Amino acid sequence: MRAFTYERATSPADAAEAVVRKPGAKFIAGGTNLLDLMKLQIETPTHLVDVNRLGLDAIEPTPEGGLRIGALVRNTDLASDARVRKDYAVLSRALLSGASGQLRNKATTAGNLLQRTRCPYFYETALPCNKRAPGSGCAAIGGLTRNHAVLGASDACIATHPSDMAVAMRVLDATIETVSPDGTRRAIPIADLHRLPGNEPQNDTTLSMGELIVSVTLPRPIGGVHVYRKVRDRASYAFATVSIAAVLVFDRDRVVRGRLAFGGVAHKPWRVEAAEAEVGRGAEAVAEVVLSGATTTEHNAFKLPLVRRTLAATMTDAAKG
Amino acid sequence: MSSNVGRRTFLKTTAAAVLAATESGSNLQAVNAQTIAKASSAAPTRLTVNGNDLTVDLDSRTTLLDALREHLQLTGTKKGCDQGQCGACTVLVEGRRINSCLTLAVMHDGQAITTIEGLGTPDKLHPLQRAFVAHDGFQCGYCTPGQIMSAAGVLDEVSRGVPSHVTRDLTAAVRLNDTELRERMSGNICRCAAYPNIVAAIRDVAGYRA
Repeated sequence: MRAFTYERATSPADAAEAVVRKPGAKFIAGGTNLLDLMKLQIETPTHLVDVNRLGLDAIEPTPEGGLRIGALVRNTDLASDARVRKDYAVLSRALLSGASGQLRNKATTAGNLLQRTRCPYFYETALPCNKRAPGSGCAAIGGLTRNHAVLGASDACIATHPSDMAVAMRVLDATIETVSPDGTRRAIPIADLHRLPGNEPQNDTTLSMGELIVSVTLPRPIGGVHVYRKVRDRASYAFATVSIAAVLVFDRDRVVRGRLAFGGVAHKPWRVEAAEAEVGRGAEAVAEVVLSGATTTEHNAFKLPLVRRTLAATMTDAAKG
Repeated sequence: MSSNVGRRTFLKTTAAAVLAATESGSNLQAVNAQTIAKASSAAPTRLTVNGNDLTVDLDSRTTLLDALREHLQLTGTKKGCDQGQCGACTVLVEGRRINSCLTLAVMHDGQAITTIEGLGTPDKLHPLQRAFVAHDGFQCGYCTPGQIMSAAGVLDEVSRGVPSHVTRDLTAAVRLNDTELRERMSGNICRCAAYPNIVAAIRDVAGYRA
């Protein structure tokens, strides 16, 4: 790990200001991803601003009937919250399918959104990677690409976003609230938080330098049957090969409307609202729209039939309640 | 190895041999460590470890794991992968299990840490420690402190109603069974694959039947 200086922030605005004041500074919250990357010198911050003591750890009802989740609410606590389990079960399910008990106790809501890709070429500092070293090239393209993106990738990067939680938040239309170094606050729909790689895969999100996530707001509950189905190489503690967050509304055993977001397939949680109009026609019809424009390699072509089959299984499961 | 030499004695002897073999390089390492410490040392960190209030002066890069092992000589907590995958470094911070390798000691200033040394003593074992012995819940033993600390965390989480990936009904009370236990313990790897006996040991303490 490279040497760095450390300070503990006392307010969100101070934290944001502290990060822009020192070049090379970064926020640290749970640290479970950042410290791993620092040990490998993939991340080399010169200064860490610890935001763990800022409060921001409450889950509160909003006047609109939704929930405001503090940025520092730990994954375990969010998944365990009675209101989340009852009204936003897809979020509990997604959180509980990710990482291990120890990591979920430490990882935060904001940190989960901001975690970096687990592309093995991003992790291998001896190889080029446009996300780690902009302009150096992409060693994944032409390499072993079993776990890489099949949607929305670019010639510069084919990495996927690893979060389960973010896929559920995408289907719930969450809003991300931030504070900037000059004290201004803004609200970002989760659809606009994560970027597609394009020519700047080094930028995972649309956040500016020093912009600190302070909370995530869920709109009022939308009812329906909530399912998070995750396909992975082992039964527990593994990243998704393909995952689906679904909220489906049934009339008896017929699905009449629904929302669907997909993980493990792109640089961001993947949701195609136009595909959701097809839910009444079945999983194949939905998948047809979701997967239009997909590009595959010989290693990850299996993800397209896997998405179709996982979607069919998800919709069948949901119909059972 | 002759049968009258215990495993612990063997490990101690081996460790001494390894230390001796690397001694020629140790002076250089000491100098480097000092220089680096000056470059990035943080304010003294106060930790309450197993009930003892301690103050340590650490390089800001020191993980909680290294602070425990290298600075406080609490070597019960093990370093396996050092990247949060194996769980050997599991400790309780403010009563919750975490990977001590993936957090900085300075981040825990003023907090209470429980390590395997604080859970029980050789004279007065914690029920989980006793159950691991009774059920032979280990072979080489390297992952065992992490397994036991993680199990302590699991039992507390279940008592607080924390659900898991395999909990069928998110709105019902959480009840432990072997499927729940295996899922909840998936962050602790045992290379000897003592899993059946680890599950049996924890089941014994949790007080349910398979």
